[in-house]
Amino acid sequence: MSSAQNMTLNLKIWRQNNNSSEGKLVDYRVENVSPDMSFLEMIDVLNNQLVRKGEDPVAFDHDCREGICGMCSMMINGKAHGGYKNTTTCQVHMRLYKDGDTIVIEPFRAAAFPVVKDLAVDRSAIDKVMAAGGYISANTGNAPDANSILIPKPVAEEAMDAAACIGCGACVASCPNGSGMLFMGAKVSQLALLPQGSVESPKRALNMVYTHDNLGFGNCTTHAECEATCPKGISIEHIARMNREYLKAAFTYHEKKRSEGAG
Amino acid sequence: MMTSAVNHYFRSSIGRKHLVAITGLLLCGFLLGHLTGNLLLIAGPDAFNLYAHKLMSLGPVLYLIEAALTAVFVIHLGLAIKLNLENKKAKGKYQMKKCTGRGTTFMSATMPYTGIVLLIFIILHLMNLKFGTNYPTTVDGVEMRDLYRTTMEYFQNPVNVLWYVFSMICAGLHTAHGFASAFQSLGANHPKYYPKIKLISYLYAIVIGGGFSFLSVWAYMKGV
Ligand code: SF4
Ligand code: FES
Repeated sequence: MSSAQNMTLNLKIWRQNNNSSEGKLVDYRVENVSPDMSFLEMIDVLNNQLVRKGEDPVAFDHDCREGICGMCSMMINGKAHGGYKNTTTCQVHMRLYKDGDTIVIEPFRAAAFPVVKDLAVDRSAIDKVMAAGGYISANTGNAPDANSILIPKPVAEEAMDAAACIGCGACVASCPNGSGMLFMGAKVSQLALLPQGSVESPKRALNMVYTHDNLGFGNCTTHAECEATCPKGISIEHIARMNREYLKAAFTYHEKKRSEGAG
Repeated sequence: MMTSAVNHYFRSSIGRKHLVAITGLLLCGFLLGHLTGNLLLIAGPDAFNLYAHKLMSLGPVLYLIEAALTAVFVIHLGLAIKLNLENKKAKGKYQMKKCTGRGTTFMSATMPYTGIVLLIFIILHLMNLKFGTNYPTTVDGVEMRDLYRTTMEYFQNPVNVLWYVFSMICAGLHTAHGFASAFQSLGANHPKYYPKIKLISYLYAIVIGGGFSFLSVWAYMKGV
């Protein structure tokens, strides 16, 4: 019942100057950690200590701190975002730890995510896969009437489940194969389910998978570790839907010749 | 630029996965057929030898089937090795311990190892039995190979039985993950039926692993 008591924690944090230098785990001790703090606030406390001592603070990514931006990538005790159900690192609270605990903090590990510094990795490979087709091309014009295209509720729900992906990369980091199938599958699946997105589905599946493979992501072997770790609870059913879309596209898609400016 | 979608398919992550899945399912089918045939061992030497003789007398058709089976096996093995090496590389320089919530299982994590055991097993298996001692026998006046005797003699050595049972446990572990995973790879995952596929996958693994193991132990107990 020491929930209100402040804690002292032993941290082992991965320190690495840049992508070409060697990294190693360094021991730190932080005192006065309130159980009400978030995990990132705990690192803030440590960094304040380090700055006061004239040392280099730990670099880590963060932005919204409310579980929606997907920036706070790190492995906590070997698990992406700490491995708590549907939780990003910024939403992990220190009450989950006990006084005297040792916590190992490492960056996301994947060849497609090179380390920038310490815990900060370059996850722009995700953006590149998205840029290869994770959108629809439509003239937006004026806002259309909300109910002009009717979508059955269960379909809308499923698409929304897939759309919950925040592009955090935890799926890639926790995958023993470093594969990006879950976030890519979520996008392909979300858009394939909806009338606005299904038009371009074949081309999207082909281009996104092509880009994914070329960026050095691994191949899925259905461990389903991604599904277990995803802070947004995305299911590998979406990978299966992408596999279907891709299979269809590979054998039926035919790029029609289009005159410039038309379409 | 997507110049040729089909061409890219056979080099892509998902396309090659499909091939591993399809060849894997074909091999699963073969295993089931093989087990059914082996059950004739219990029916006695004549039934088993007649069955083997019937297969052998298919002649060119048998060679065709064997060639196809070899091709399926080589594709499955070759692609699996290739994909695995790529995956090692994709994980990067710092390999982490396999973190697991409820994702990775013992079966999925050991796929490459159980696969290698099965490769060694198949080579030894062909050498010891298919290309093993050729005893002649006559059933109903027809001369044929006494494969029954070759088989039963092989299983009189407890080391052979142990290795066989170990390999079949590996086959069970390999197919327990592989069978269901093949459906997921091919895009057949839906809450309506995927739990059933998983169940069938486990049942299949138990039947294969248990069935072959049982027969080897049975042969050992029965003696020549
Ligand atoms: S699928 Fe889940 S784990 Fe992967 S990037 Fe999206 S939110 Fe993160
Ligand atoms: S900081 Fe935005 S999701 Fe954690």
